[in-house]
Amino acid sequence: MLDALTGTLEQGLLFALMVLGVYLTFRILDFADLTVDGSFTLGGAIAASIIFAGGNPWLATVVALCGGLLAGAVTGILNTTFRITPLLSGILTMTGLYSINLRVMGRANISLLRADTVITRFTSALHLDPAYGTVVLGLIVVGLVGVALYLFLKTEIGLALQATGDNEQMIRALGVNTDRMKLLGLALSNGMVSLSGALVAQNQQFADAGMGIGMIIAGLASVIIGEALIGTTTLRRTIIAVVCGSVIYRGVLALVLRLGLAPTDFKLLTALIVIVALASPQVKAWWQKGKQRQKGVSPDA
Amino acid sequence: MLKLIGVSKIFAGNTINEKLALNDVSLSLAEGDFVTLVGSNGAGKSTLLNVIAGVFPPDGGRIFLDERDITDLPEYQRAGAIGRVFQNPLQGTAANMTVEENLVMAWKRGQRRGLRKAIHFKERAWFQEELKKLGLGLEDRLTAKVGLLSGGQRQALTLLMATLTRPQLLLLDEHTASLDPRTAEVVLNLTCQIVNEQKLTTIMVTHNLEQALTVGTRTVMMHEGKVVLDIQGAERKRMSVLDLMNLFEKNSGTSLKSDRVLLAAK
Ligand SMILES: Nc1ncnc2c1ncn2[C@@H]1O[C@H](COP(=O)(O)OP(=O)(O)OP(=O)(O)O)[C@@H](O)[C@H]1O
Ligand SMILES: [Mg+2]
Repeated sequence: MLDALTGTLEQGLLFALMVLGVYLTFRILDFADLTVDGSFTLGGAIAASIIFAGGNPWLATVVALCGGLLAGAVTGILNTTFRITPLLSGILTMTGLYSINLRVMGRANISLLRADTVITRFTSALHLDPAYGTVVLGLIVVGLVGVALYLFLKTEIGLALQATGDNEQMIRALGVNTDRMKLLGLALSNGMVSLSGALVAQNQQFADAGMGIGMIIAGLASVIIGEALIGTTTLRRTIIAVVCGSVIYRGVLALVLRLGLAPTDFKLLTALIVIVALASPQVKAWWQKGKQRQKGVSPDA
Repeated sequence: MLKLIGVSKIFAGNTINEKLALNDVSLSLAEGDFVTLVGSNGAGKSTLLNVIAGVFPPDGGRIFLDERDITDLPEYQRAGAIGRVFQNPLQGTAANMTVEENLVMAWKRGQRRGLRKAIHFKERAWFQEELKKLGLGLEDRLTAKVGLLSGGQRQALTLLMATLTRPQLLLLDEHTASLDPRTAEVVLNLTCQIVNEQKLTTIMVTHNLEQALTVGTRTVMMHEGKVVLDIQGAERKRMSVLDLMNLFEKNSGTSLKSDRVLLAAK
């Protein structure tokens, strides 16, 4: 039981970095960025290849992060310079990344069994119980990234980035190059996603070309769960909510797995969670209309 | 100060919907001019302001601001010199951000933005003072999200944002049109007060002919993409709303009586 809990916490924290990235684009920048599936795998692929080749795992993780920054920038350039729609820009980068990720790894998957990873290094350096090493490392990294994101969004550039997602016309009239803001937001977001992929690969001790499939929806589900349960009154609260959403989401998955659902049904379940969340305002509206009609009040009155 | 030379704008060029929204408009504003801009629906008033602000480039002509040719500058590079308030209160503020965040973004209008913390104690006190001048109780709601404010409050806030750092040029596009009469008057009075205090060069679009004559220092009328009337000084002082209507009919060759909106918005 305790194992299951730490397992959930590990996963929730490491994936939370990806969820923060999804939050930055989908919620703050209001940009439906589909690069995520590709950049998550890219992070795992870069980190695993460098570690497998005997490289320093910390360096491998940083390089993975930079790969994500670059991937996000590509989507940004497609959208802002060439005026390709946000959805298509993301899909194009994601599709391209599929080939790139295979090139990076040189095969469909890499095993890191018994390899030296940031997690083993961190655990032994601090003489931690290996059972909790990932959780402690995850808490530190998520804490650092979360705080950094919060502080960044409160800077002059950060406010301009938020406003780009909120009211693009207004912030342009205030002298901000909104194209540059989108580029920056997309790069940062995918940097976080790749970092998440790099850490997840090291934690599960393998990377494969399909590890990012469905990541966007998993990220969205986590964001939605967190926002609904914890709230969005302030930026600080929302960032905490998003991280908690990731942990809760992984917990739900672990639970239904225990209840006998096949792991291959995860994605369907995730899609259902997102559908329910996105459809509920509409359903609520219908329901209220129906109630009014029963009372004999015209809904238009 | 502001000089437009032969500016034209064509929408949907080379299609059956082709529309000549600005037809060879030349207009020159002196420092401190407060122009009220009137004209029927679709006359090209908003298009004119958008071309000046750089929302889209003109298809012909040049635009100069303080002797500088700004025709080819993108909107965000002109923003430092131009403050704007739009007709729709939702357009001028970021709804999901707080009052003070909106203000601090406006305060940095046209300046380099960096990785410094945006809001400090000092600014807060100053914002509070400025908000107090609006007389709408906004000084106590610095950390409220702007989406929670009323249309009038948002419009007053947008006006404050547009003039927080003195713009060389202030563009107001029917900025009181969507407000209830009382709030509209409050915002209009605020506008006159700020423009007079800062001695701003201003263009204000309005549909109210009386306002067009009583507010500001100069009245410009447009029709079908052309400037058909431009009066100031004694000539303007003598003019009545009825004269203005007659002059407009003579210049444009159409009857104003059929233009519902011009008459209705009294
Ligand atoms: N983005 C656009 N695309 C195509 N046509 C446009 C566009 N913007 C304006 N037009 C057309 O250009 C003409 C001038 O429009 P504009 O908005 O400048 O009028 P206006 O004088 O501001 O009118 P109103 O008093 O109704 O606001 C109109 O015929 C309008 O249909
Ligand atoms: Mg208009």
